[in-house]
Amino acid sequence: MLPQIIHKAESAGWPAPNLADYAAVCSDFSWERARSALRGLPYGGLNIAFEAVERHLEDGLADKVAIRWLARESDGPGGGTRDFTYRELAALSSRFANLLGHLGVSPRERVFTLLGRVPALYITALGTLKAGRVFSPLFSAFGPGPVKARMEIGDARVLVSTRNHYLRKVAPWRAELPRLRHVLLVDCPADALPEGTLSFDDALAASADTGGLAPTQAGDMALLHFTSGTTGRPKGAVHVHEAVLVHHLTGRYALDLHQDDVYWCTADPGWVTGTSYGIIAPLCVGATMIVDEAELDPARWLGILQDQRVTVWYTAPTAIRMLMKIASRDDPGMVADYDLSRLRFLASVGEPLNPEGVIWGRDVLGLPFHDNWWQTETGGIMIANYRCMDIKPGSMGKPLPGVEAAIVQRDPHTGTVSVIDTPDTPGELALKPGWPSMFRGYLNEPGRYAECFAGGWYLSGDLARRDADGYFHFVGRADDVIKSAGHLIGPFEVESTLMEHAAVAEAAAIGIPEPTAGEIVKALVALKPGFVQSEDLRRDLLAHARKRLGPAVAPRSIDFRANLPKTRSGKIMRRLLRARELGLPEGDISTLESDER
Amino acid sequence: MTRDELGKIALTALLDVAPDLAGESIPEDADLRETFDLDSMDFLNWVAGLHRRLGVDIPEPDYPRLRSLGAAADYLAVRLSAEGSDGDLKGG
Repeated sequence: MLPQIIHKAESAGWPAPNLADYAAVCSDFSWERARSALRGLPYGGLNIAFEAVERHLEDGLADKVAIRWLARESDGPGGGTRDFTYRELAALSSRFANLLGHLGVSPRERVFTLLGRVPALYITALGTLKAGRVFSPLFSAFGPGPVKARMEIGDARVLVSTRNHYLRKVAPWRAELPRLRHVLLVDCPADALPEGTLSFDDALAASADTGGLAPTQAGDMALLHFTSGTTGRPKGAVHVHEAVLVHHLTGRYALDLHQDDVYWCTADPGWVTGTSYGIIAPLCVGATMIVDEAELDPARWLGILQDQRVTVWYTAPTAIRMLMKIASRDDPGMVADYDLSRLRFLASVGEPLNPEGVIWGRDVLGLPFHDNWWQTETGGIMIANYRCMDIKPGSMGKPLPGVEAAIVQRDPHTGTVSVIDTPDTPGELALKPGWPSMFRGYLNEPGRYAECFAGGWYLSGDLARRDADGYFHFVGRADDVIKSAGHLIGPFEVESTLMEHAAVAEAAAIGIPEPTAGEIVKALVALKPGFVQSEDLRRDLLAHARKRLGPAVAPRSIDFRANLPKTRSGKIMRRLLRARELGLPEGDISTLESDER
Repeated sequence: MTRDELGKIALTALLDVAPDLAGESIPEDADLRETFDLDSMDFLNWVAGLHRRLGVDIPEPDYPRLRSLGAAADYLAVRLSAEGSDGDLKGG
C-alpha cells in the first residue's frame, strides 16, 4: 500500500526555501510587487534575455558558468564539455541579435530553430529575444509535415538548423515559403552549404559582440510555441516578454531554485518546458544549468547527476518510468553505484506522475518527485507541489501564489460556466486570467483563442478534481488530444497525413495506454474501394506517416477497419473507438449514425 | 550465428519499427537515433524485437552499446556466445 501523504525531511546545509509559508504568501500576493524581482531595461521596458543574462553582469555573476553543455560524444574538444559564462552568453547573444539586424529581420518577425540541444539553439533563443524578434523552437524529431505546417502558420523569416535536418525536412518544400528569407546552418563548412543557406558560425563571427538589445515592452511578442488541438492545424501560442515574471517566480517557488544550484531540466526546448525551464527560468535565477545533447540513457543520466553535482532536477514521467525499469524500490540496482547526495529537489511535469513514481524517487533517489501542472498556453507552472508542503502522491499540488484555479462545469447548451465547490467532484480545470505568462493569442486565429475563455475563466481542456485539502488531481482530457511522452499530439494532424495516402478513405487517431510513454498513437483506417488490407500495406502506411510526421507524432501502430463510427454530422467518434479498443464502457452513443465494421 | 546474420536480423527488426527506412542506405556505423531520428520509443521497440527474435536479454544499461547496426551485431554476437549455447534461441 502506497502512502497517501509524504512528510518530507529537510537536510542540514540546504538553503532556506524560497517559498516557506504557502498560505501566508498566497494571502498577501500581488503581481505588481512580484515584479520588483525583475530588473527591467535601463530606460524602461522589459526583455526576457536581459533578465536572463545581462542583468547578472552587474551582479558579480559575469564569470559564473551559466550553461554547461555536454556533447553526445565525450571524445570531442574539452572532453565533450563546454562551459558558457554569463559574460560569454551576453556576447554570443549580442552577436546573434546584431546578425538579425544585418539580415534585415524586423522586430516581431519569427526566428525558428530546428535543432537538437546544441549551443547554437541557446544562442539563437537568447539573441532573438534580445533583438526583440520572436523565438519559435521546433522539436528536431518532427518530420517535414509538422515542420512545414508550423513554419507556415508562424510566417517564419529565419530558420537555424543543421545541414542534415535542412536537407531532409525543409529543402524539398522551401520554394513554397518565399517569406522564409534566411536559413543558417550550424557546423556546416562553407563548401558544403546547400544553395540558399548561410553558415551560422561564420555569420555569428562576423557580427559585433556587444549591443543588439531592443527596447521591448512587457506586452511585446517574444515566444511562439506550437500546440495541438483535437481539430484543425497546430496552433501557435503567443507569449510576451512579461512572461519572464512567471518564469522567474516559478523557478524560485515551484522548483526552489537558488543562485548556487546546479540545475538540470531534461526537456527539449522544442517543447515549452524546455524553453521556459530549460533556458529562461534557471538563467533568471543566476544558477548554473546543465544541457545534455544526448537522448535518454539511464546510466548516462545517473552519471550526469553524480558528476555534475546536480542539486535540482526537473524531468518527466516517461523518463522516470524508464529509470524505474533499472531500479526498484526493493533493489536499487545500478543506482546504488552513484553518489546522488547532492540532489536537493526533484520535480516532474508533462503528464501526471503515477504515485509509484513519486515514492520511487523517495526510496531509490532519496527524494520524492514534486509533480506540477501547466500547459503551453499558461507559459509557466500554474499548480505545483512546493518544497514547503507535504506531497500527496498522484496530485499536481496547489495553485501558484497569484493564480486562481477552480474546477468548473460548462453547460453545453447555454455555454455558461459554473464553479464546482464540492470537493472531489471532477470537472474542467480553469484559471482566472491575469497571470503575466498567459498566452495572448493563437497567431492569426482569434476565433480559436476566444474559444478558450468563458464566463471569465481560461478553460484548460484538462479534467481534474480538487480534494478537501485544496490539492488538485488530474482526471483526463476533455477532448481527443493524445498525450504521448508528455507531448500533445493533435489527432487531426495524424489523420490528415494518413488521408494523403492513396489507399486511405478515412482515418482516426487515438491514444492508447502504454506503460512508458503514458499513451501511444494508434491509427484506425478504412481503405478506399479497390485496396485490400495486408501486412505490406500496413507497413507502407506506417512508413508514409513516419516520413511525413516524424516518430514523435506518427502512429506506432495501425489497424484496418471497413468503416469508422461517425456522428450524423459525419464526425468520426474517436472516443468510441478508444473505448472499444480498451474494452471500456461505450458511454453516450446517441449521436452515432454509422457504426464501425 | 555469424555477425552478418545478426546484422541482418537487427536490420529486419529495425524496419519493423521504422518501415520508413526501407530503401534508405543505412551505413553500418551510423548512429540510428542521430541520423534517422529514431526516438526512445522506437529504440525500446527495436530492442524488444531483437529480444523476440533472438531470445537474448538486453539489459537497459547496455542500450548505449546498440547505437548503430554494426554495434548491435557486435554486441549480440558477444551476448549470444556468453549465453553459451544456441539452445535458447527462438526462431530467427
